Amino acid sequence: MASKKEQLEMHHQMVRIRIFEETIQKIYMEGKTPAFDIAAGPIPGEMHLAAGQEPVAAGVCIHLRPSDAVTATHRPHHVALAHGMDMKKLAAEIFGKDTGLGHGKGGHMHLFDPVTHFGCSGIIGEGMPTAVGHALAFKKLGKDDIAVSFFGEGAANQGSFHESLNLAALWDLGVVFVCEDNAWAISVAKATATAIANNSDRAAAYGIPGVLIPDNDPDAIFEAAREAVARARAKKGPTLIEVKTDRLLGHFEGDPQLYRTKEEMEKLQKRDALKHYEQQLIKAGTLTTESAEQVWKAGRAEVDAAIEFARKSPYPEPDAALLHVFA
Amino acid sequence: MAVQTKKRLLTTSKAISEGIAQEMERDKTVFVMGEDVGVYGGIFGATEGLLAKFGPERIMDTPISETGFIGAATGAALSGMRPIVELMFVDFFGVCMDQIYNHMAKIHYESGGNVNVPVVITTAIGGGYSDGAQHSQTLYGLFAHLPGMKIVVPSTPYDAKGLMISAIRDENPVLYMFHKGLMGLGWMTPNPRATGEVPEEPYTVPIGKADVKRSGRDLTIVTVSLMVHRALDAADDLAKEGIEAEVLDLRSVIPLDRQAIVESVRKTRRLLVVDEDYRSFGMTGEVITSVVEAAFDYLDAPPARLALPDVPIPYSRPMEQFVLPSRAAIAAAARSLAAKK
Repeated sequence: MASKKEQLEMHHQMVRIRIFEETIQKIYMEGKTPAFDIAAGPIPGEMHLAAGQEPVAAGVCIHLRPSDAVTATHRPHHVALAHGMDMKKLAAEIFGKDTGLGHGKGGHMHLFDPVTHFGCSGIIGEGMPTAVGHALAFKKLGKDDIAVSFFGEGAANQGSFHESLNLAALWDLGVVFVCEDNAWAISVAKATATAIANNSDRAAAYGIPGVLIPDNDPDAIFEAAREAVARARAKKGPTLIEVKTDRLLGHFEGDPQLYRTKEEMEKLQKRDALKHYEQQLIKAGTLTTESAEQVWKAGRAEVDAAIEFARKSPYPEPDAALLHVFA
Repeated sequence: MAVQTKKRLLTTSKAISEGIAQEMERDKTVFVMGEDVGVYGGIFGATEGLLAKFGPERIMDTPISETGFIGAATGAALSGMRPIVELMFVDFFGVCMDQIYNHMAKIHYESGGNVNVPVVITTAIGGGYSDGAQHSQTLYGLFAHLPGMKIVVPSTPYDAKGLMISAIRDENPVLYMFHKGLMGLGWMTPNPRATGEVPEEPYTVPIGKADVKRSGRDLTIVTVSLMVHRALDAADDLAKEGIEAEVLDLRSVIPLDRQAIVESVRKTRRLLVVDEDYRSFGMTGEVITSVVEAAFDYLDAPPARLALPDVPIPYSRPMEQFVLPSRAAIAAAARSLAAKK
C-alpha cells in the first residue's frame, strides 16, 4: 500500500501532468482557428494528449530511478514527465525550438532523453523490442536497472508485443510491460479489435504474471507496479500489467470523436481519476483543500515557466536539419 | 633482402568471424545475436567457431522474431552494448523493417545527436544459385535510400575483416552485407577469389573509401561485391583486346565515395556501372548522377549501366543467369562503351 507521502507524490505528479497537457491543448489551437490547419501555430503537427491516463504514469514511474529505461508511445508526455524528463526541454521540443530535447528534430512523438533513459516512438508497438534490448544490456552489464515499456491496448495486437513478451520471458529479463487500455485505437473500439477482454490474460501464453487493474486507480497501479518492478530488479523476469484507463480527449487534438457518444464522454469526465483521487486523499485527511490548491498552484507555475522558456527560445537554424544523420 | 613471410589465406566467412572474434576479445560489450548464429555458426558461416570461443551469453541464438531481436539490438546499444545482429537473408527485411529504418536509423537524428546506436546488422545478399525471388536479392539500394545507416558490401576476405572491425567500432548503425557467393562455402559454386590473404592481427578498412581493384586507362567500371569479380574477369578478357578497364570497388554504398568515382572517370573519361541490384532508382543511377554532376565535361561517351532488369529474380537457371550481369555481358558493354566516339 502506498504511504501518505507516496500518495501525495503521485497526486502532485498527476496534477503537473494534467496542467501541462491542458496547457498544450490550449496553445495547440493558437493559429489554428477559425479554419483548422494542422501545420499552423506555435505547435504544429499531430498532438496526442494523455489527460485521464496520468494514474498509469504516476503509479508506475514512482518506483523507477533515472537509470531505468522507459519506452513510451505516440502519447508520451505523461510518462516522460513522471519519469523525470525536464519539462522545459520537453516543452521546447514540442514548440520545435533549438533548446528542445532533440533540438527540434524529434517533436512530441520522438523524444529521446539520455538523462532519464527515456525514448518513445510514433509507431504502434515498436517500443517494446527496444525495452527488451535495454533489459538485455542491463543483464549483460550486471546492473539492476530495469526497463519499462508503456503501450496501448491497440499495440497488443501487433507482432512486436508477442515477440517481445516471448523474448523477455525466455531470457528472464527485467522488463515491465504496461498496457494502457484506454478502450480506443483511434476510432476502433477494443471489443471490435481484440479477441479477448483482458490483455493481461495474454501473459499466460508466455508463462509470466499478468495483472489487471480494472479502474485507473493510482493506489492499485502503485501496488502492481511495485511488485513488478521488484521482480524485474531481482532478475526474476517480466510482468505484464494492464490498466483500464481513460482517454479524456480525442486521439489527437482536432479529432471530432464521432465514434464516441456525448454520454460516454460525459461519463469519462465524471469519473476523472485525478479528481476522484484528490477527493479521496482529502477525505482521508492526507490532503487538505488548501494544500491541494497549493499543489495546483505550484504545478501551474512550473508549467508556465516551461512554456515561457519554450516560447522565448530560438528556432534552430534551418540548415541544422543537415546535422546529426550520423554520429 | 626482403623478409619472406608465409601468406595466410582465409575464406571471406572466416575473415568475418575472425574480425568479430578479435573485437569481442578487445571489447566486452560486443555480442552477437540472430537466428542460427550459435551451434550452426551462421547459415553462411559468418559466426563460425564463435560459440565455442565465447559461449551462449555472447553468441545468442534467437527465436524467429526479427522485429523483437533487431529492436532489442537497438535497445541494448542505447544501454551501452555494441550488438552485432544477423538478419539471415536481406530478403527477410520485410518482417522487421520498422525497427531498422524507423528506429535504429533515426534515433540519433531525432535525439538531436544526444544518443548513439552502435549496431551492426549482418546479412547475406545475392543470387545466382536458383534460390528464387525471396532469397536472392541484394537490396542495398533500398537501404541506401533511407538516411541514417552506413552500408558496407565487401568483395574480398581482406576487406571483409577490415570492414567488420570498422563496423563494430563505428558509433552508427552499419548494415554489413556479405555476398553468399563470396563466403567460400563448400556448398556454393567455388569462386577462387573467395579465398584471399588476410593478416592475423586486427586492422581496419575505412568505411566510405572505394578501392581501385584494377588500374586501367580506357574506361572505369564501378561496382561492388560479387560484381567486382565479374568485372575483373571481364577486364582480363578486354585486356587481350587491348582495352584496359579500371575496376573501382565501392566497398561501401553509404557513405558513397563520390570523389574516387569522379577521379577515376576524369582519368578514363568513360563510365560503366555494374550492379546486382535492381536497375531503376538504385546505385547505378546514383553513381552516374555523381559523375554527371561533377565531371560531365570529362566524359567522352554517355555513361552506361548493367543491372538487374526491374523484375523479381526468377528461379529457373537460364532465366536467372539471363537477368544477372555476366562476365560476357560486362565485357560486351565495356567494349561498346570504349568504341564510342
